[in-house]
Parts: sequence; structure tokens; C-alpha cells
Amino acid sequence: MENLVEAILVGLLISDMTVLASSRVAGCIRVTAMQGLLLGVLTLLLQAEAMSLRVVLMAGIGMLLKGGVFPYLLARAGKEAGVQREVEPFVGYIGSVLLAVAMLVVAVWLGTRLPLQVHAGQTLVVPAAFMTMFTGLFLIVARRKALTQVVGFLVFENGIYAFGVATVGEVPALVELGVLLDAFVAVFVMGIAIYHINREFDHIDTDQLSSLKG
Amino acid sequence: MTILMLALLLLLLSGVAAFLLRSRPTAASVAGAAGPVAAAMLALVPALTVLRGGEVLSTELPWAMPFGRFCVQLDALSALFILPILGLSALGAVYGIEYLRPYIGKYSIGSSWLCYNLLVASMVLVCLARNALLFLLAWELMAFSSFFLVAFENRRKEVRNAAWTYLVATHIGTAFLLPMFLSFGQAAGSLDFAQFAGCLGPAQAGVCFVLAVIGFGTKAGIMPLHVWLPEAHPAAPSHVSAVMSGVMLKTGIYGLVRVLSFLVATPGAPPAWWGWLLLIVGAVSGILGVLFALAQHDLKRLLAYHSVENIGIIILGLGVGLIGLSAGAPVVAALGFAGGLLHVVNHAVFKGLLFLGAGSVLHAVHTREIDHLGGLLRRMPLTGLTFLTGAVAISGLPPLNGFISEFLIYAGAFQGTVNGAAPVAAPLVLVILALALIGGLAVACFTKAFGIVFLGEPRGAAAAAAHESGRLMTVPMLLLAGACLAGGLLAPFLLPALATAVAPLAGAAAIAPLQTAGPLLVWVSGISAGVLLAALLFAAWKRWLLTGRDVRRAVTWDCGYAAPSPRMQYTASSFAQPLTDFFEVLLRTRKHMRLPDVHFPTAANIETETPDVSRESLYAPLFNATGRVLSRVRVMQSGCIQVYVLYLVLTLLVLLIWKL
Repeated sequence: MENLVEAILVGLLISDMTVLASSRVAGCIRVTAMQGLLLGVLTLLLQAEAMSLRVVLMAGIGMLLKGGVFPYLLARAGKEAGVQREVEPFVGYIGSVLLAVAMLVVAVWLGTRLPLQVHAGQTLVVPAAFMTMFTGLFLIVARRKALTQVVGFLVFENGIYAFGVATVGEVPALVELGVLLDAFVAVFVMGIAIYHINREFDHIDTDQLSSLKG
Repeated sequence: MTILMLALLLLLLSGVAAFLLRSRPTAASVAGAAGPVAAAMLALVPALTVLRGGEVLSTELPWAMPFGRFCVQLDALSALFILPILGLSALGAVYGIEYLRPYIGKYSIGSSWLCYNLLVASMVLVCLARNALLFLLAWELMAFSSFFLVAFENRRKEVRNAAWTYLVATHIGTAFLLPMFLSFGQAAGSLDFAQFAGCLGPAQAGVCFVLAVIGFGTKAGIMPLHVWLPEAHPAAPSHVSAVMSGVMLKTGIYGLVRVLSFLVATPGAPPAWWGWLLLIVGAVSGILGVLFALAQHDLKRLLAYHSVENIGIIILGLGVGLIGLSAGAPVVAALGFAGGLLHVVNHAVFKGLLFLGAGSVLHAVHTREIDHLGGLLRRMPLTGLTFLTGAVAISGLPPLNGFISEFLIYAGAFQGTVNGAAPVAAPLVLVILALALIGGLAVACFTKAFGIVFLGEPRGAAAAAAHESGRLMTVPMLLLAGACLAGGLLAPFLLPALATAVAPLAGAAAIAPLQTAGPLLVWVSGISAGVLLAALLFAAWKRWLLTGRDVRRAVTWDCGYAAPSPRMQYTASSFAQPLTDFFEVLLRTRKHMRLPDVHFPTAANIETETPDVSRESLYAPLFNATGRVLSRVRVMQSGCIQVYVLYLVLTLLVLLIWKL
């Protein structure tokens, strides 16, 4: 059981690295979808002793949205905008991976310092969650295409979700649903925004939006 | 107290009703004006009862706000401020119904009434609040509602600029009030005013005193913090100028007095320098205010500078009171505070009257340029008569109310000078000199304003075509003029009310010495009444002598000129020129002249403008320097989303790691 949890967490970390190292937008979206599925399984595993219909339902809805609906919406937006790969990111791919290692160090350090109640044998959960959050934020900061930034937002949300599952455990259904709904609306709105930005400017390079500055 | 809360509720309801009716401006005006009138009538009874020595009313409403309590109290000091606030607001509202009529269809009447009612309600709440948080909230509500009122004619650029100047200035003031209330709160362990009295140590009390003078002084308009007054008052609709100048400035004085009442309870307070500070501030505001008024060409701007002058007089009165307190001279203290507070009420009456009068002129001729007017007394007799009454009152001449309050301050100053030792006498001599100079210059200034606007011949077509305003505008002015006269003649009856209001400052011991001024005031009022009666008799006699004789009416300035033209008259600038030249050093008037230099005069002209000294040499450099420094920070504003997110992430990370 513990081994399985750790395997999933390692998978989470590897997916983070993959997103950072990949230039293909479609690839990034697929990896994010896989992250969503992994998180659903993680929820089920961590709550294995107190399995209930609610937990199953939560995990199921989460997997459906993060593993299916969001990636589909994003992939469609990318197809419509004609974006295939991230060209000239602010931080290169080698640099990103190197920075990811640094982020991992910070995440592990934070995991040891934060006074959290974590079950024995699950010490990797908090660092992995932090790492995922950092990865998401890094994608938002260091990438140029609006689509990649939405991916970053999703990864960031995944990190928060993992953190919540690991530390809080019994999250009230309403809060969880609320978070999911937020993410859903955000992705939806961003998809529409990307479509409009693309139609208006013929590209979705967010750094060039600064020409709108007064 | 329930009645007062009901009055506040009525104000809110009437404001909202006016806003909802905004598509029908006439109905909105009536709905909006009904609130202040009803509130004034409701509040009259409790306020008068408290002022006559009745029980202090207080209540607390439930309010879920951390550190805040909705506790309100009506004591004599609050009542003294609430009476003019509600009275002038009600008259201003009635006046506003007609004044705003030409703006129907151009600007939103309903929103203006909503802000007007909010302003009145917040001013009342400022005077009632007994919790620092409630006070500051009401204070800010007051600032914002008056900001929107000033910006009424928002399509004109100069009006928008004036409104922004006002908003910035008033918030600079609030920035000084926050640390003051916080240090009170920290020392007292609560933000309730009840705990504030005497809770500070001497050094802290001194700091808080200076903060209060700057913070409340900005709202009241003391020099050199007055920059917003000459901008905002001309820009606002006239009934709003009347309320803002007549009573909103006074909330600054109220705040200062209220805080002083906490501070004088400190052991060893007040030190002599508090009094000195107020005296210097008061003298500077008074003298410079009236000088700048003298140099203005814009009627409402002139009145705005006179507000600075009168705030100076009020501050002088408070300064005399503080000097008296620190020297242990209760008579001086009581007379000084009483004079200052009475001047608050009096200034509300005559300055409200003058602004309404100026509005009536503006309504008729559509210009505020004094030099385009003239001869309006014939065309607008009621406006002229009431404006004259206000002018006499503001100049501090008997038999009107302005004289009484200045007389009390004089009496306090003379009392201290004659009986006191040197450290008391020296500052009080300064007060006497300053008051005398202010009084003289004020007479000169209003001779100019009244003479040029109302006497002589019209200097333009608009002035020639002027007609009297309607009853909704003239009746409030007549009532205020009546109040000026009543304040002068009934002064002895006001003393007991003043004594109860002064008690929190000068101590209960102040009531007895203030009564000694009673017989003095009876004399003053008696002589005034006698002179007034004699004047009426003379007028009746003249009329009687002239009956049945041939009385001819001729053109004004007809004495000897073959073909008199309006251009032969004195202008406002030429009338004031001897005085403005004399004070050139302070005023720094700019003149652009083209003088005739040949023997047969050709075209010539002269233009003068007197920019505000503190705006030009204090605020402008300060704001420019701040702007230069802060423009460096704009490097951070790249406009690139990624960079902003990076700022957020770094900040969050630092905050997270900092506490680990």
C-alpha cells in the first residue's frame, strides 16, 4: 500500500519534470491529464481505510474533469489557435529542468520544516505537492503562450489538491466541489479568452500583450 | 437619541428615494430635499434640550465590526455642532431644489441628492460617534460624498481637477488621523472615546496634538494645508459650497476640540506651546486667508479664502483657551473657547448665507467674475440685502452675530493681557493684533465684493439682464440673514448653552467665569439694538421728510460726466490694489501689463492673477518630488503578465519561508 502511494508520488514528480522539459503543447496537456488521473487514484489510496461513496464520487468527478474534460478543452483551444509548440520560452528547457531540481530541494526542505500532521510513511506527499505547485507557477511565469500558462494553472491546482488530500484528509464535499468548479470555470474562461486573443492578434504570446499598457 | 437615529435613517431613505427617482428630476429634488428638512426638524428638540443643560443622551446599536462599536452620544459639544449642520443643510436643500433646476437633463440630479443626504448624515454621525472606528468611517463617508458633490459638473475639466485636489488633500489629512487614533487606542486598550481621556503620557500627548492639528486642520482648511478650499468651493454647486464651507469644515474643528478634550485631561497638560502653536496657525490662516481673498476676482473663490480666514479666527479662539488653561486662568480659557465655538456656529450662518447669495448671483448672471458684475442691488434686491447682511456679519461688525464671537475672543485676550504675567500676555497681544488686522482687511474685502457686485452700473450684458431668484432660493437666504441678526441681538441668552458646551474642555469651573461675560453682552446687544432702532427711525424720518417732494432718480455715477459708461467705474482689482500692493511680499501677485507710453493713450491692458502660495511653493514641489521618486518604481511595471505572477510567487514564498 505504502509502496503504491510512493510510486504514485514519484510519478507525480516525474510528470512535473516532463511538463517542464517538454516543448510540445499537446504533450504537456497529456501529461497534465495523467497527473489528474494519478491524483484521483492517490485520493482513493489515502482514504482506503475510510472508503465511502462520497470519496469515490469525489475521486471519480476529479478524474473525469482533470483527466478528460480539461485536456479535451485545452487541446481543442490549441488546435483552433494553431499552437503546437512553445517557441522561445523565457527560460529554456535545460534551464527549466535545472531550476526544477532547485525547486525540488526547496520543496523537500519546506516539507521537513512545515509543522504538519502526516501519516507515517507518507512523508513524500508534502514535498511532491509543493513541487507540483512550484512547477505550475513556474510554467505561468516562464512560458510565453497563453495555452501553456493555462496548463501551468492546472498543474498548480493539482498541487493544491494533492496537498489538501495529504494533510487535511476529510475535506468537506462542498469545499472540494467548489475547488473543482473554480478550476472548471477558470479553464473554460481561459479557453474562450485564448480563442479571442488569437483571433484579435493572430498569436497568443502573452508577453506581447504589454503593448496594450497605457 | 432614538429621534436622532430616526433623523439619520430619514436622511438615508430620502437620499435613496431621490436616487431611485433620478429619471424624474423634479420629483427627485423634492424627495432629496425632504430628508434634510425633516431631519433638522426632528433633531432640533433633543439638541436644544441637551444644550440647555439637559441630560446627555447616548445609545449603542449592534454592529459586527472588529474593534468597532456603534456607540453614539449627544452631549452639549456635539449638539452645538449638529444644530448648524442640520439647520444649514436643510436650508441649503430647499435652496438646491431651485438652484439645480437649470442642470436638469445635463447632469444627474438624483445622484447629487443621494450624495447630499449622505454628506449630511455622515457629518451628523461624525459629531455623534464615540468610537474611533465609527468616527473614521463616518469621516471617510463624508469625504467621499462631498467629493462626488464637488464633481457634480463632471464634464468640465476644471471641476474634475478641483474634485481630485480635494480628494487627495482630505486623504492626506486622514493619513495623520490614523496614527493619532491608533496611539490613543493602544494607550487606552480600546477604541472607545470613553477610555481616551487622559490615557496618554505627556510626550505622546504632544505628538498626538500635532497630528490632530495637521489632520483635522487639513479638513478645516488652515494655512498652509488649505489648498483644496479655493479649488473645491467654486467648483461645487452653490448650496453644496454653502454646506461644505459653512459646516463641513467645522467637523475638522469638532474633531480638534474633541481630541483636545481627551488631551487636556493628561496630567500637566496643556503645555504652553500647544496654545502658541494654535495661535500661530490661527493668525497665519486668518491674515493670509483674508489677504488672498482680497486679491481674488472670482466671487466664490473669494468666499472660500474667507473660510480660511474664519477658521483662523476660530483656531485663535481655541488658542486663547489653551493659553488660559496652561496659565491657570479660567476666565481667559472659558472666554477663548466660548468665542471660538460660538464663531463656529456664526460662521456657519453667515458663510452659508454668503455662498447662497453668491449662488443666487451665479444663477442669474452665469459668471463668478466680480469684474463682469455690478448694479445688481436694483435688479436682485433680496439677494443684495441678504448678501450685505452676511458681509457685515463676516466682517465682525456690530450688531450682527460675527461681532459677538470675535468680541468674546477679544474679551478673553484682553482679560489675560491686563491681568496675566508676561508669558500669558505676550501671546494674547498677538491675538489682539491679528484679530484687529483680520477685521480691518475683511471689511475692505467685503466692501470690494459687495460694492463691485451690487453697486454701480452693470459691467456686462449678463449683469444688466439679471433678475431676482425665486422664493425657494430667497427664503433660505432671508432666514439666514434673520439668524445673523438674532445671533447679534440675543447673544446674552446664548451664554448658558455655550457654557455647557465649553465644560468638557475648560472644566466645569469654566461655567462661572463665563457668566461674568453676561452683563457685558447685555450691553453690547442693548447698544446694538438701540443703534438699529435709531437707524430705522432715521430712515422713517427721511421718508417722511421726502413725502410730497419732487424726488428724481438718475443713473448711478452720473455726477458731472457727460456720457457715463460702466467702464469708468472702479474694478475689483483697482479697488483692492493699494492693499494688495502693500502686502505684495506675501501675495506675490503676478501682473501682466501693457501700459500706454505715448502722450495720446492707445490700447492698454493689465491682467493680474494671484496663485495660491502654498499650492505653488509647498504642495507642487512636494508632489513633483514624490512623483519623480515614485516614477522609478514604475520600472517594476513592465506590463508583462509573467513578471507580475513572478512578483506574486516570490512574495508568497518569502512570506512562507520567513516564518519557518
